[in-house]
Amino acid sequence: MKESLKSKKIIIHGILIIGSLAMLLPFIWMIITSLKNLTESTQVPPTIIPRQFKFSNYKDVWDLLPFGRFYLNTILMLIFRILGSVFFSAMAAYAFARIKFPGKNFFFMIVLIQMMIPGQLFIIPQYNIVSKLGLLNTISALVIPGIVSAFGTFLLRQFFIGIPNELEEAAILDGCNRWQIFWKIMMPLTRSGLIALGIFTALFAWKDLMWPLIVNVSIDKMPLSSGLASLQGQYSTNFPQLMAGSMIAIWPMLLLFIIFQRQFIEGIASTGSKS
Amino acid sequence: MVIERNTRKVTKGVKKTNRKNLSDYGWAYLMIAPTILGLIVLNIWPLIQTCYLSFTKTSGFGKNQWVGLDNYIRMFSDSSVMHAVINTLEYTVISVPVGVIISLFIAVLLNSKIKGKTIYRTIYFLPMVSAPAAIAMVWRWLYSSDYGLFNYLLSLVGISGVKWLTDPNIALISVIVVGIWSTIGYNMVILLAGLQEIPKSFYEAADIDGAGPIRQFFAITFPLVSPTMFFVVVTTMISSLQVFDYIFMMIDKTNIAMEKTQSLVYLFYKYSFITNDKGYGSAIVMLLLIIILIITVVQLKLQKKWVHYQ
Repeated sequence: MKESLKSKKIIIHGILIIGSLAMLLPFIWMIITSLKNLTESTQVPPTIIPRQFKFSNYKDVWDLLPFGRFYLNTILMLIFRILGSVFFSAMAAYAFARIKFPGKNFFFMIVLIQMMIPGQLFIIPQYNIVSKLGLLNTISALVIPGIVSAFGTFLLRQFFIGIPNELEEAAILDGCNRWQIFWKIMMPLTRSGLIALGIFTALFAWKDLMWPLIVNVSIDKMPLSSGLASLQGQYSTNFPQLMAGSMIAIWPMLLLFIIFQRQFIEGIASTGSKS
Repeated sequence: MVIERNTRKVTKGVKKTNRKNLSDYGWAYLMIAPTILGLIVLNIWPLIQTCYLSFTKTSGFGKNQWVGLDNYIRMFSDSSVMHAVINTLEYTVISVPVGVIISLFIAVLLNSKIKGKTIYRTIYFLPMVSAPAAIAMVWRWLYSSDYGLFNYLLSLVGISGVKWLTDPNIALISVIVVGIWSTIGYNMVILLAGLQEIPKSFYEAADIDGAGPIRQFFAITFPLVSPTMFFVVVTTMISSLQVFDYIFMMIDKTNIAMEKTQSLVYLFYKYSFITNDKGYGSAIVMLLLIIILIITVVQLKLQKKWVHYQ
């Protein structure tokens, strides 16, 4: 019995390790290629360990494109989007979850409609708005579509609904107004929800490609996602440099993820179970 | 006398609740205002606009001219749009079941009592935190027909020169593989959370009854995780129908496999922002909306057959 349990575990580990290798292979190949010179990268059979580590690929790519600006633009976009969507969503979610008011269902319908409609349906008019405001090629252009979040409102509403009534009733008896209840009692209690939404917002804003591609065409206003895409357009055959550029673009988020992986994964898991 | 006093008390109470209600209404409207106004300006009004634009033709100077159903008529006789519908559906029909089954399989394995769960979870989730452009570039490199790692490995077993991304019969499958690879971690994490909610006692009882692992999966695991499965299937399906990034990054404009790989959202992007025919682009994305709505309704109907809510 014990013996069979042990062999069962070995099989499970075996499958998971093979799967892990399949997940890691592209990343490993990215790193290996980024350190080869052009001739070695096109050599058949390919070398596993570069004969000569060519770290200058990283410097070359860094000089080719304004990666410093890409980092800065990405960070600003993420900060404003996270602050906007978390703060506004929490406010709206609290009202939807805990206050009775006329027209509640109607307004909540607006939230639900946004969630059910594919994002591309909004893009052309959003582009027109940004363009009319003269905000093309600015950080604001990157932030605007994500400043409020229907998904965030929906998600945090689930968190607020789960909080017991007693706390709120006690606070009302103490003479707190709604804002004080929201800000001092409810917000701290939904911390895990706020963090989950923050991570979710950051992840999807950072991965979004089409919107930055459309609104910010001048190279020094691009975030990493579209900036990296522009690298391929310019230097489509020099794979060691493309791989070095990719590494430069993705390592900060990979590192953040590895450090905060528990928060990331719990956050994403809660977006699934709460919805 | 006593009665009078009591009624006065009651009316006072009503007034008090009224005032409290009114101030509650005020707070509620104030608190939903930013989100609701934002959604109206950025989403509801644009939705109406896109719908309107799909009946117009964009001429020079950004003027829109009403052309009735012209865009829709053009669309149904445009072979590239019809191909895009087929490509998009093919992408979805293959990537959703395969991706979800692999994710569920990995999640079930990770739900057993083994060491190193956190490390596995982290590794499977890595593609989810990487920029699509980076993922697309490294896969392009792996798929490269002359220098790619895959073709080298295949050459060892005597297969040579597979054109992963330029053979019209293979290119879409190659893109689908990348799509599945990059979403396994996300779906696995959500499914694992669902699996962890199943009480352990169910399995212990099944063990006592002598039910094997496969029997246990179909009798306990699958029914109890089916609501989470339903969520994962619906969300993966909707995002698959909107596939764009990998096609945009991996299939060049001059690639002969383009016709057999481009998706509806790719065509929407091309017409709206490259050739600047926003009317036609809007019509294409309206078609996508209709397809998604039909599929969602079918999903909701079908869920009664396989999803078990406790």
